[in-house]
Amino acid sequence: MNIQNSIVVNNPSADVRSAGSDVRLRMEKVNLYYGDFHAVKDISLDIGDRSITAIIGPSGCGKSSMLRLFNRMNDLIPSARVEGLVEFDGVDVYQAGIDVVELRKRVGMVFQKPNPFPMSIYDNVCFGPKRHGIRNKRALDEIVEKSLIQAALWDEVKDKLDQSGLSISGGQQQRLCIARVLAVEPEVILMDEPCSALDPIATLKIEDLMRTLSANYTIVIVTHNMQQAARVSDMTAFLMVGEDRAGMLVEYGLTSEIFTNPKNRKTEDYITGRFG
Amino acid sequence: MKVSNVKSRYLTQRAAISVLAVSLALVVIPVIGIIIYMIANGYSSLSWEFLTASPAQAGKAGGIFPAILGTVYLMLGTILFALPVGVMAGIYLSEYTRANWVTRLINMAIINLAGVPSIVFGLFGLAVFVLGLNLGMSLLAASLTLAAQALAMTITTSREAIMAVPKEYREGSLAIGVSRWQTIRHVVLPQAFPGILTGAILAMSRAAGETAPIIVVGAAFLVGGLPGSPFDRFMALPYHLYTVSAHIPGMPGEIKWGVALVLIAMVLFFNILAGIVRIKARKR
Repeated sequence: MNIQNSIVVNNPSADVRSAGSDVRLRMEKVNLYYGDFHAVKDISLDIGDRSITAIIGPSGCGKSSMLRLFNRMNDLIPSARVEGLVEFDGVDVYQAGIDVVELRKRVGMVFQKPNPFPMSIYDNVCFGPKRHGIRNKRALDEIVEKSLIQAALWDEVKDKLDQSGLSISGGQQQRLCIARVLAVEPEVILMDEPCSALDPIATLKIEDLMRTLSANYTIVIVTHNMQQAARVSDMTAFLMVGEDRAGMLVEYGLTSEIFTNPKNRKTEDYITGRFG
Repeated sequence: MKVSNVKSRYLTQRAAISVLAVSLALVVIPVIGIIIYMIANGYSSLSWEFLTASPAQAGKAGGIFPAILGTVYLMLGTILFALPVGVMAGIYLSEYTRANWVTRLINMAIINLAGVPSIVFGLFGLAVFVLGLNLGMSLLAASLTLAAQALAMTITTSREAIMAVPKEYREGSLAIGVSRWQTIRHVVLPQAFPGILTGAILAMSRAAGETAPIIVVGAAFLVGGLPGSPFDRFMALPYHLYTVSAHIPGMPGEIKWGVALVLIAMVLFFNILAGIVRIKARKR
């Protein structure tokens, strides 16, 4: 499969990094319930620093639910209940006394549907920094420029920063949302199917952006698109629903391994398109 | 067979549409009729003096300015109290409560609050504001009374406007480490604002038309001079209309209709304003 080659070309140090790098995120025997529904079952995995980890699997297998455990977005669902250990830099994020707001500042999130606020591009980007207490106009200007450059959007919007964030194209909106996350200087970026609402060209732009960002950020991406996982990620986690309809981690490893030499039969069936 | 079937279906459809159209006409024609009748009978009394002077000869001459001003004060007073409390309660109900029996009970209470007859609010105002808080028969007591009545509406519209803000916006804000309250304050409320404002304006225009409750808590037919403080008694258009129509013998018809016309015009103005706010908000 030539997919493997592209990964090696894009990221020659992938093996070294994911094998020996520092663990930033970690799950140990994690279970998630929505009321009586068992959404995620017994998941354990380590995610290394400055890598891209893709979570793949068929619809409804708990990928998004799993992703939302890292920044506690599941807290918004009243019936959600978590068991097991979810760690960020060795700290149990579900222990009592955790500052969830601070956690989410360090572990930012980009969503499936681009969701810029109905305000100007400028205000969208500096929304987070402003709420976190930065008032100085010059400092905000710098943050906006830097974040938009990082999100590969600056050249396209630098002359219309005062226009509505909703006035730009879908792909630009998604990069704006990434810029909005970058503006609060997170360490981890969670992406929940960030390209599923975008056309192929916009998708490629986001993927390029992810590769660039992975030099400085730890990225976890949920995707429906196996080619995307193969193209961008260093590590891949394959989830599937078990007989009890709970999402389970079937296989986790180097993307190059998962896509060329899967250890589990189900993984092989899925990536070769035999189901899912 | 088939053809006649189709024909009868057409007939049924036509009959149904006719019934609907007649029903609509039954609603619309009286409204238009009343307005035309009011204009025809009342416009002759409208003059600069009528709008800006104080009444003379028990309302048979002069103008109705104190009543107009009193009604404006009442509307402002009502919204001053009903809007902040309504918005805050709406935020609490939509953002901070969970769906359980207590919340359901509270929601039911609010809906029932809207159905309480206005004179009951008047008695409530008399007991609590006029006598209990010792505010006396006054503009302040009347504003508070009407505000209590308007609360059901401001709470409901605020809550609905807040709940209508897409969850994507909240998530986008929360996901970058912005607190719940900051999210409400800077993302949700600006989005919900037009809806909240529409509700507030409608509540205000309803308060403008209330007669029964304000009689009990401070409206007067003739007051010497304009209200100078919130603790003064006041005149108001609905009560003035009631008195000139029912209690002053020999009152010229055009004055009654003139008062009604001014009141309707004020209410209509605010309803149109609410409509404009809503349309502007949709365009954004």
